[in-house]
Amino acid sequence: MLIAVVAIRMRDLFGVVILFGVYSLLTAVLFMDLDAVDVAFTEAAVGAGVTTVLLLSGLRLTRRWEAPPRHNPLFSLLVVGITGAALVYATLDAPLLGDPSSPVHKHVAPRYLQQAVEEVGMPNIVTAVLASYRGYDTFGETLVVFTAGLAVLLLLGFPDGSESRARSSALGDQLVLKVVVKLLVPLILLYALYVQFHGDFGAGGGFQAGVIFATGFILYDMVFGSANARAVMPADWLPRLAALGVLIYGGVGIFSMLAGKPFLDYSALSADPVQGQHLGVLLVELGVGVTVFSIVLSIFYALSGRRPRS
Amino acid sequence: MIEIPGLFNYWVVVFLMMAGFYVVISQGNLVKKLVGLGLFQASVFILYITMGNLSGGQAPIVTEGVFVYSNPLPHVLILTAIVVGVATTAVGLALVVRIHEAYGTVEEDEIHSLDMADEETPRKGDDRPGESRE
Repeated sequence: MLIAVVAIRMRDLFGVVILFGVYSLLTAVLFMDLDAVDVAFTEAAVGAGVTTVLLLSGLRLTRRWEAPPRHNPLFSLLVVGITGAALVYATLDAPLLGDPSSPVHKHVAPRYLQQAVEEVGMPNIVTAVLASYRGYDTFGETLVVFTAGLAVLLLLGFPDGSESRARSSALGDQLVLKVVVKLLVPLILLYALYVQFHGDFGAGGGFQAGVIFATGFILYDMVFGSANARAVMPADWLPRLAALGVLIYGGVGIFSMLAGKPFLDYSALSADPVQGQHLGVLLVELGVGVTVFSIVLSIFYALSGRRPRS
Repeated sequence: MIEIPGLFNYWVVVFLMMAGFYVVISQGNLVKKLVGLGLFQASVFILYITMGNLSGGQAPIVTEGVFVYSNPLPHVLILTAIVVGVATTAVGLALVVRIHEAYGTVEEDEIHSLDMADEETPRKGDDRPGESRE
């Protein structure tokens, strides 16, 4: 809370962005405390890692200092105060934290918890719900991420411009950083693969894995220069990869339709329904991972490849 | 240790939400507005996860000897929402970058005054006829 207040008062936008990253990390700790391991994982990778980097590369293209405020903040404080008071009044009727009789726990959740292991055959219920029971939602979310990535590319143009800044990295020529990053990047990529394929047993899944995989590349790009990163992962591959991920997800759905089952019913994939579910979840998570990875990385390329207006 | 009342989390959520809301409506800098939206968004995440928590529950990964799990459904919703959130933030950021390239500033007031100045002095043979304002 304090961090949020400081972030509002600060006028150095660089500091604001860094504080926002700290805030995200604290939120992740809070999620962990509230037994939401998958969410904490995602928040730590996305909020504290990728968002900060993206906002910073956005800042590089605009300007660091904020102009002093011109309006009297009293009116907006008044609006905010009234809304806040109304919301606090509304919480007085809300169920207490951890109350088992609250409506949230009465609806479909008990069924998921009891049946998921038998029907989908994986211990991580979050993954089971994500990819199997609510596969439609997740397909929609993947499409939203895909569309957002395309929108960024349309706005900022397809990233190229690596020739002009060839061999120069954002952080300069720093030996210690280079050695450390060289050691870290393979581990990060390996960990991302573990998260991707182990998501049905432990915390993790396609969304987190895609982000972590992209983080590895972003780190490499920052320390070794964008020309080197683009040699490993050419920028014009990324939109194709993103489309491929969506295609894998949708293809699984179409396949089950062709097999005479409803869209995204994975039991069509194999003779044994549970095994089919398992295969389906694995494929779908792979699609999600590929899409998220390529979109996050292409957004980073698009922002970092652009030169600031002189 | 003092027992924290069960509604405390909701109040934190309301505070953070209002903080984000305040930034969005009162600050002129577009990048800061994006951070404010992020604050607001994170408070909503905390609200959902709070609702999914169950006292005495464990993380929803089935293990032997554990019978109470917290609700997995809010976790799923928020997990995807976080990733979608970063993607939409990036779209906003891209828009801000383009605005900066077009106007040379990311302060709302300056953009507005530039717009007004443009409107007051209509150039003859406008070189941008497609840019009509409704």
